[in-house]
Amino acid sequence: MSSATHSSVELQSGVKGLVNDWEKDKETFNVPWGKAMMWIFLLSDTFIFSCFLVGYMNVRSSTVVQWPPVSEIFSLSMGGEPIPLLLIAIMTFVLITSSGTMAMAVNMGYRRDRAKTAALMFVTAGFGAIFVGMQAFEWTKLIAEEGIRPWGNPFGAPQFGSFFFMITGFHGIHVSIGVVYLAVVALKVLRGDYEKRGYEIVEITGLYWHFVDLVWVFIFAFFYLW
Amino acid sequence: MSEGQTHPLSVYFWIWGLLFVLSAFSYAVDYMEFQGIVRWALILIFMFLKAGFIIAIFMHMVWERMAFAMAILAPPVVLLFFIGLMQIEGGYTEAKRIEYFGDDVAVYEVPHSAAASEEDH
Repeated sequence: MSSATHSSVELQSGVKGLVNDWEKDKETFNVPWGKAMMWIFLLSDTFIFSCFLVGYMNVRSSTVVQWPPVSEIFSLSMGGEPIPLLLIAIMTFVLITSSGTMAMAVNMGYRRDRAKTAALMFVTAGFGAIFVGMQAFEWTKLIAEEGIRPWGNPFGAPQFGSFFFMITGFHGIHVSIGVVYLAVVALKVLRGDYEKRGYEIVEITGLYWHFVDLVWVFIFAFFYLW
Repeated sequence: MSEGQTHPLSVYFWIWGLLFVLSAFSYAVDYMEFQGIVRWALILIFMFLKAGFIIAIFMHMVWERMAFAMAILAPPVVLLFFIGLMQIEGGYTEAKRIEYFGDDVAVYEVPHSAAASEEDH
């Protein structure tokens, strides 16, 4: 795209060259360096989550034992009536709400409205923390009340527990890291650290957060609904 | 490059609302107890719509240059092969299990079933 930058820069060899090659903006991709790197990280994360979900698909399609009735296991009683997947639905809405506030934060960042950007990021992190809290509640209920273990459960195929804890646990860790990441960047925004460098960092943080929401869309579809 | 991705807020509000509606539809699939092929088709449709809107609008992929979008979105296509292979493999394993152990659940002894591990805790 921009061959001018390539020819005008002298290439160095050895470790110095390695560092230089990676830090230089070669502009194949017309995006900030950090954003390209975040996308590549998310791409690799896509493969990790895909491996989990494909493994789950393979096990579920090969077992001759009945798969546990997911809809019933994840039901929540409201006034005596069990409502299927209620908690999971609330968690889904919490995560989507947080995705919306994150998108707003990115927009406010580029408008250089520091207070609003930081506030929206804190709200996003807050929703993320609520999500993790509800997940902790769900895990507690499943382990203590339903007796679901990674090696077996009273409802059917024993692999159910291992995949459930593995996949939702890995996702939960992503959310937890995201909450910390958001809080740190929000504080730096508030302090004015990005006034000179620009507010791409908010968009990059947002990419990570939207990805966490994206993974949940797939987990919700394949693990809870299927 | 002008500074970043600036789009009217209304775009985000529309997509936000749409994601809520699609999630409600996803949930309704379970609540209305659709079964079989209809259930799976509906789940996949709502899932891909939601994922598509998140990537396209919230993650700004529609406004990126094609060189970049292709670099990120093309590699996951190989996953389709992976999914297909593992689906075939899963079907084969199931067929062999039924052939050797029978499809009667009670006959097939689960090595670490809940019943077997009851004395552990």
